[in-house]
Amino acid sequence: MNASNQTVGGPGGSGGAPWQDPSLSPIVEIRGLAKQFGEVTAVDGVDLEIYPGELFSILGGSGSGKTTLLRMLAGFEAPSAGRILIDGVDMTDVPPYERPVNMMFQSYALFPHMSVAQNVAYGLRKEGVPAADIRRRVGEMLDMVKLGRLANRKPRQLSGGESQRVALARALVKRPKLLLLDEPLAALDKKLREHTQFELMNLQDELGITFIVVTHDQEEAMTLSTRIVVMNDGRFEQVGTPGEIYEYPRNRFVAEFIGKVNLLAGHVKAVVGERVEVECEEAGGTLAARVERSAALPVGHACWLAVRPEKIFISKEAPAGEGLAALRGVVEDLGYYGNLSLYRVRLQSGKILQVSGQNRMRTARKTVEWDDEVWVSWQEPSAILLDE
Amino acid sequence: MSWLAPGGDRRTLWLRRALLPPYAWLLVFFLAPFLIILKISLADPLVALPPFTPLLDWAASGWQRIHATIDNYLFLFQDRYYGVIYLNSIKMAAISTVLCLLIGYPMAYFIARQPPGRRNVLLLAVILPFWISFLLRVYAWIGLLNTKGVINNLLLKSGLIEQPLVLIYNDFAVYLGIVYSYLPFMILPLYAILERMDRDLEEAAADLGARRWQVFRDVTLPLSVPGIVGGSLLVFIPAIGEFIIPALLGGSDTLMIGRALWDEFFINRDWPVASAVSVVLLLILVLPMMWFQKTQAGRAERRLV
Repeated sequence: MNASNQTVGGPGGSGGAPWQDPSLSPIVEIRGLAKQFGEVTAVDGVDLEIYPGELFSILGGSGSGKTTLLRMLAGFEAPSAGRILIDGVDMTDVPPYERPVNMMFQSYALFPHMSVAQNVAYGLRKEGVPAADIRRRVGEMLDMVKLGRLANRKPRQLSGGESQRVALARALVKRPKLLLLDEPLAALDKKLREHTQFELMNLQDELGITFIVVTHDQEEAMTLSTRIVVMNDGRFEQVGTPGEIYEYPRNRFVAEFIGKVNLLAGHVKAVVGERVEVECEEAGGTLAARVERSAALPVGHACWLAVRPEKIFISKEAPAGEGLAALRGVVEDLGYYGNLSLYRVRLQSGKILQVSGQNRMRTARKTVEWDDEVWVSWQEPSAILLDE
Repeated sequence: MSWLAPGGDRRTLWLRRALLPPYAWLLVFFLAPFLIILKISLADPLVALPPFTPLLDWAASGWQRIHATIDNYLFLFQDRYYGVIYLNSIKMAAISTVLCLLIGYPMAYFIARQPPGRRNVLLLAVILPFWISFLLRVYAWIGLLNTKGVINNLLLKSGLIEQPLVLIYNDFAVYLGIVYSYLPFMILPLYAILERMDRDLEEAAADLGARRWQVFRDVTLPLSVPGIVGGSLLVFIPAIGEFIIPALLGGSDTLMIGRALWDEFFINRDWPVASAVSVVLLLILVLPMMWFQKTQAGRAERRLV
């Protein structure tokens, strides 16, 4: 709906994004999909379209319904309501073994009684592919994930990273239209995770298969994805590119779930075009924000003003310039992280703001210290207006 | 790291001490009785108390001599009767084991797939018969299977049959008794394996294109082999030497080694032959198990390479 306003983009968020191409039809269409487990509603009537070649992430906390959604796509759970279309074909009642979809399990689920090569070959054997073709395709796939030399190992002789790659090879060898990945990186240690993340992106690019990743890790979702859906309580809070989700969160949940954010409560005082003035007691005055992607609110409406810590400047002198919001406060706490410092600034109202600053100069004396009287300021467009 | 050595020694010493009770148990209750039986099997029968010749004898000259004979074993091999009984016992135990497996596997599978609360209730139901004496339970079957028993009465009254069925004092009743009595020993190890099995593996197979029966054949069944082997041994070993069930439910033509043993000991009072019978039975059971253990160990080693 805001295709024209594509100012920020994640990977693939530029003009040629598949979800903006009118000539493309979606590879996955979810319509009014719901799943109930007894009294509990895991997925609450969601609609979604995913386009070919996307690396789409479903992001949410535990119990958000993200895994249930993935399992319904794979065919392990039957929806209580709604339809699932894959490549235009209704797959809602099709069993898992007949779907053009493969899944990489969080536990990897490698068959312990089969060798690496047998694990990868399993899907092709069930498909009835001739033995010679199986051998060739398994070989190619194992080379692709750099595991050719481990073909005869058993799964329990593999490291975590190797197991992860076998699971990936096994799921990709059938050339599915859709690859589902359940927390693909959660079981790896941090260093390996970053490395594997980029491998995963390259592989997806090379094969052109649509990936759907379920994750609870917002950083992982931000770096991997073309688009993200943020899930909470079985509903979609927002669908968008990583940039859109971060810079233009649609509500408080999304703003707080992705990254850090300062929230200031207030009331709409005046609306002039895209500029909205907010009466904000916590800030001790009137602040302004721009309504770019959120719906305009009527005057007098309760609202939140959201500002990311890195959008805020901290200084001892009063800042000068047009269109700045500037507030006074005292540094209550200071955390040094090497590349950046985090400040907790107490405003006169008692409200605490989080501010982060890049430490660009190695030799620079720390200009702002504990208990310093400081100014915090931000460009008016950096603040986001959120509905109560 | 020499400072570690004394501690290490002490630890192995403690380990050895901790292992003493089980070894002592095996020595007193397994090895010693076995040696006594082995000794008796090498003696001649005697009308005396005890009814066999002693192993060590005082010859008339005053010299001690060892009195041992393998006649009893030769007798077992020459008399075709024993060969038939051994083979028949193996056959009946094997068929019972297969029946237990065919009935027990689906039951274990079904229980393992229930929600945890119901699982425990069902498992309790499997174990519940153990609260009643084994002998009583086998006796109860007589009341059920008799010509004038519960089953025949019901069938007669409902008009399904006109003559009572012969359900007891034949091999059928023995199979029924063995399968009924030993089914829990099959179900429990199978359940333990199936309950622990990672369900993701079955879903992964289905995801890769396997139908339900293929998932079972390719994943569930191969991974439950340890449970199948364990359960089968737990049924086969006691079933092959079973005495009470063939004695109570079997006919006079039901040939099982347990009954032959009883007859030799208590009717013929030929302790040496009876001992030889049980030593051979032990060999029949132990040798295949040792072979199995060895091949399993070999396979495990090969897996590591």
